[in-house]
Amino acid sequence: MIRKVAVWIDDRLYVSKLFASTAGHHVPVSSGSWFYVFGSGTLLCFILQIVTGTCLAFVYVPSANEAYTSLEYLTYQQSLGWYLRAVHNWGSNFMVAIMAVHMAQVFLFGAFKYPREMTWISGVVLLFCTLGMAFTGQVLRFDQDAYWGLGIGASMMGRVPGIGANIVHLMLAGPIIAGETLSRFFTLHVFIIPGLIIALVSLHLRLVLTKGINEYPMPGKIVNKETYAGEYEALLQKEGVPFYPKAISKDLIFSGLVMLGILGCAAYFGPKGPTGVPDPTHIDTVPRPDFFFLWAFSVLALLPDYMETFLILTAPIIIIGVLFALPFISGTGEKSARRRPAAVLTVIVVFLAFGTLIYLGTYSPWSPIMNAWSANPTPVQYVKGRSPLELQGALVLQNKQCRNCHSLDGSGGQRGPALDGVGNRLTGDQLVRQVIQGGGNMPAYGKNLKPAEVEAVVAFMKTLRPGNEPLARDSSRPGQPTP
Amino acid sequence: MAYGEGTTEKAIAGASTPSAISRRSFLFKVGAALNVIAGALFAVPVIGYVFSSFRQRDPYQSWIALGAVENFPQNQTRLATYRNPFTRPWDGATANIPCWVRRKAGDTFQVFAINCTHLGCPVRWFEESHLFMCPCHGGAFYEDGSHASGPPPRGLYEYQYKIENGQLWVRGGRLPTLSEPL
Repeated sequence: MIRKVAVWIDDRLYVSKLFASTAGHHVPVSSGSWFYVFGSGTLLCFILQIVTGTCLAFVYVPSANEAYTSLEYLTYQQSLGWYLRAVHNWGSNFMVAIMAVHMAQVFLFGAFKYPREMTWISGVVLLFCTLGMAFTGQVLRFDQDAYWGLGIGASMMGRVPGIGANIVHLMLAGPIIAGETLSRFFTLHVFIIPGLIIALVSLHLRLVLTKGINEYPMPGKIVNKETYAGEYEALLQKEGVPFYPKAISKDLIFSGLVMLGILGCAAYFGPKGPTGVPDPTHIDTVPRPDFFFLWAFSVLALLPDYMETFLILTAPIIIIGVLFALPFISGTGEKSARRRPAAVLTVIVVFLAFGTLIYLGTYSPWSPIMNAWSANPTPVQYVKGRSPLELQGALVLQNKQCRNCHSLDGSGGQRGPALDGVGNRLTGDQLVRQVIQGGGNMPAYGKNLKPAEVEAVVAFMKTLRPGNEPLARDSSRPGQPTP
Repeated sequence: MAYGEGTTEKAIAGASTPSAISRRSFLFKVGAALNVIAGALFAVPVIGYVFSSFRQRDPYQSWIALGAVENFPQNQTRLATYRNPFTRPWDGATANIPCWVRRKAGDTFQVFAINCTHLGCPVRWFEESHLFMCPCHGGAFYEDGSHASGPPPRGLYEYQYKIENGQLWVRGGRLPTLSEPL
């Protein structure tokens, strides 16, 4: 009887036929590889994000006045709220990271080539949707980082010529970052982008079914538009296996490990923030983006200013254009990474560049350390046995916030050079000039220091020669004693 | 006869008479046209709603009192805050906007926006070195708001100000950006 009911349901709902034509579709046995697990890993992360995100939306209040309080409520009052917030945060980190690996893999394996151009392009759009989720999600964690992150976004949009002000207003949904801004980003994060992602993932997977998963590339096996379809068909005939149950095992193992990784990180590290009420009058803040955007943070600090606006406006278009054009530029030919040195080099350079920029972003040497002048004492070895004038100079160096940008003995800002060996590097005249006129990215202190203070601070800096190296000498005046 | 076969035959039979073709295609055209018109009527208000800022935009500028002039000592730079004049009841603390007020001498003031001209982070005033420093990408500005070092493309945004009835007023209301400074 139960069997009869089950058969009836299956017949009317097409369950087993649907399953056989999707999960049971035939794939080349070679693609049941450890390299082919990252797509399903990304999808798993997305499913976790939907579940945890929905649960968080049960409690979260998308109102500028209430959001922060509701986040604190979620974290400290709501039973297991802290854990779901942590899983959502770590799920997003894992999703972006695994997606990047997935993208590198399909690039290196030539999976974007004929006839899978649209699979690649839908994947590129999914990448940008995911980054969009990452940014809007950071905004929904409505704290000081979110507030000033929006300010950075608005300032970038404000550089668009002509319609910049309109775009800023469209982005903020008002004249300032406030209530309607949060509503707007909530809508993007919860309705618009997830809807797009679901539609695009459906397309992406449907293309994997209709165009077939990429076979494991063999060096010397050339993609040719005339013969490829026949060759792929023959490969499936010869060594095709149903994805379920023959080729799914490694995906299952990887997905299981990813899920355990997310749950483990969430349990161990806990949720991120919220850090600080989003009240712009609390200006003692050091805004930093989440890790997916640390590279952008670094780029914006390091770009020469003359090309900054140009690159902010054109680089995204160029990057999207190149990614879209890739399967049309290089749609045939070798697939194997062993025969595509330029592709391998590209991946290495891109990963190194992003890795370096993210690493720099974690400690941002270009930012002054706002409290270094009052928090980091002058190292003892630099004040021992110094004359009163030199000691006065040490005080000036401390009180005039020089340490915010210059380090002594490893503590202090890194915006300017460390001052440890400066007495050996610059002559007294050069030091005076540098302090008074600034230059090379240093503000001029001429108006803010009395002559006596300049004399004292220069006298102190001339003593900064850790190994008792000689004073710097003025080569234009050989033989003269150093001024 | 099965249902499907009948319709197929009827369709084939109908297709062979010219009057049926024109009637079918006429109905299709009417249907399509109706949907295009209705779709446009639907799209216009939706697009107008979402992109209203492109159609017409309030300048969002108004005079704001920052307090009595005596609150700002001579030759000093102080943080002042105001409630943004264009606000919603659910804005919470986000509508509290800070700014830097520098009283140069007598009734001469300079009032700077908090936002760095590089990417909008909050600049902080350092009384001792007479500099504004930005915590994000390392911009620095002199006491008078001019660019001192780092990536900012210009000096600090400066509010218009006036003194009326012993009060300092500034003209503001929107986030300053490079394309629309204060």
